[in-house]
Order: sequence, then C-alpha cells, then structure tokens
Amino acid sequence: MKVLTLNFLTCAVKACKTTSASFPLVPKECELVSDTIAPNPTLLTNLLPRVDWPALGSIAVALGFPSLSPLPPTPADLENDTKMMADLHTLLLETQISEGSLVCANCGHEYKVKEGIANFLLPNHLV
Amino acid sequence: MLPTPSTSHVSFDRVYEPAEDSYLLLDTLSSESEKEFLQDRFTHSKPPTSTPPKNSPSPLIIEVGSGSGVVLSFIHAHALTIFGRSDILTAGIDVNPHACQATIQTIRCAEKEQEVSKTSHGFYLGNVAADLTGALRCGEVDVLIFNPPYVPTPNLPSLVGDPKLSAFDADSHLLELSYAGGEDGMEVTNRLIESLPGILSRDRGCAYVLLCAQNKPEVAKEGIRKWGSRWMAETVGSSGKNAGWEKLQIVRIWRESPPISTT
Repeated sequence: MKVLTLNFLTCAVKACKTTSASFPLVPKECELVSDTIAPNPTLLTNLLPRVDWPALGSIAVALGFPSLSPLPPTPADLENDTKMMADLHTLLLETQISEGSLVCANCGHEYKVKEGIANFLLPNHLV
Repeated sequence: MLPTPSTSHVSFDRVYEPAEDSYLLLDTLSSESEKEFLQDRFTHSKPPTSTPPKNSPSPLIIEVGSGSGVVLSFIHAHALTIFGRSDILTAGIDVNPHACQATIQTIRCAEKEQEVSKTSHGFYLGNVAADLTGALRCGEVDVLIFNPPYVPTPNLPSLVGDPKLSAFDADSHLLELSYAGGEDGMEVTNRLIESLPGILSRDRGCAYVLLCAQNKPEVAKEGIRKWGSRWMAETVGSSGKNAGWEKLQIVRIWRESPPISTT
C-alpha cells in the first residue's frame, strides 16, 4: 500500500472514530519498498489539497523520512521548487509499506500489514 | 466498448469470478449518461482532455468488495474516458485477503496494458482487508462502488473464518461471504448504505450499488431519499428484464451539490 493510503484510513474500532487521536494511524516497524513512477506534477498538485499535512508530517518522520515544512506548499511553491517536488513524489507516489503495523494512538490496536495489505478485520471482542 | 481487464490469473476457488453483475457495473459506469454525470461532477472541461482543471482535487474512488478487481481496474484504466481526467486515486477494500491480492494483481496487469498502448491510468493506492467502510476516514470518498453479497440467505457467514476449517471449507466460506446477503439479501448492503452519509465527501460524494429484484430496490431508494432533501437515489443501469422486473440494477446514490463557488 502506498504511504498516501494512510491519509484515508482510521482505526476501525467504533469508539475511536469520534476521537482525533485515531488519525493518522502510526506506522510501526514498517518495511518500505519503492516503485519507480514517472514524474506527474498534475497528480501531485491535485492530490495535495486533500492531504492532511500535519498528519503526513508525522507519518513521514515515523517512516524515517526527513521532516516536512510546517505548511503545505502552494501549487506555485511546488512548481518552483524541484527538490520539494521530487521529495513529495518519492514519499507520496513511490513509497509503499510492504510489512509492519499501523497503530491507533487512541486504543493502541495494531493493524498488521502483510505483503502490502493492511488487515483491519477486528477480533470479536473489539467489534 | 472499452476493453475489460484480464482476470485470468485469479484463482476462482476462493475469489468471486466476474459475472453478469460485474459486467453490468462496467457497462453502467462507462455509459454515456454516467460519463456525463461523473465528468460534470469531477471535471468541468469537455471534451475530455488529459489536463484537469487547476485546483480541482483528485477524486478518490473506492470499491468495497473489490474481489477479482475487474471493476476497479476497469475504472482505473479508463479513468480519462470515464472521468475526463486520469489523476484519480483508486483503492479497493475486501474482507477476503485473497481477493485483495487478486485486485492488486489485476490492477497491475491493467496498468501494464495501458502503458504498452501509451495510454494513461489512475493512481492506485492499494487494497486493505476490512469490513465494508469500517477503516475509512470520514468524508473522503468521492465515488464508492459496491457489488454486494445480495443473495437472500437464512444466515450470514461470520466475517472471519474458523482457523480449524479444512482448506476446502475455508475457500467455501470466503465464496459464501461474496454472495450471502441474509434477509432479503440486504443485511450487508444496508450496513454499507447506512455508512454512506458519513464516509462520502460532502460536496462531490456519490455511490454506485448493485441490487437484485429480491432486494426490494424501491424500498431501499425510498429509504435513502428520506435522509434529506439533497439526497438522491436513482436506478441508472439494469439487466435481465423478466416480465417487467429488472433482475439486476445499479442504483446511484448522491447528494445534489450546492452551487459551485468561484472563490
């Protein structure tokens, strides 16, 4: 699964849904793989407005990437800063989590990732 | 007609094999009327060009119960034709981990085909194993597609199989999850429909859900319209007419969007 997927996931436990701590899930002991993807500035520019920037910042650090700028780049920033464009391209479009876990900061439940597939099926006592 | 993605690599012993219902979804999503609806909603330039309007965020397309991946890879591969833009984000969810792997592989094959013919495709995020929309963040999904387990059955199978089952019984359990719908075949679909107001994006969200005649589709549509004046539910595709009864139909569920702000 691409790192960007984490922008759209939360803890599956019902009681966690209403707390802000259940997003983002925190990557733990993750193995990463990198796909080679042709530069796609249109995609990068158009997906950024829907990225929760502070959440992405914490995910980047948890995965061992350099920290992001405090504020998200505007489309003009992105166009003029080839390094930022390249860094975000790598983080958002090329990087996949292949193994590891995603942890809810509210309830502590760990969702395992195996062969790139995160498993959100809850054990019976949490349903 | 747009080509159907290949699923010849999928083991249909434990993953639902594409059938009439899957093909009805493909035909409906690529019909002239649905292309028009989707392009109006997600792109404001016609005819389709590869450059979407500036600042229009990439739509997120999620298929719940992605199975073999035939429907999701079709949309993924033909994003430019269907949405008028190829910068769409796609992802699949399935309760069956084997189905998740099948979807990943089918998407990969479809992407290769597109790349060989030098045509575009969407951006695939991945697949997660989950119960319906349970793992999704609120208000993010722009298009949700669901081909449910819609066959009326006396009971619903449990989501997770008993680890003591033999390999054959474990496979049968996974296939049962793909078709068994409980009372009126609606127990799973109703849970999905109830989650829509929470998970669909406020201004652009819409869903395509397949129903069969035994699911009492008119009752389901009436129920959705009662959510509020902006909520709509219409049949936008059907097949297998039998004495005036549509055997299968696709219901589009959406909120009429408020006027577009120019700021």
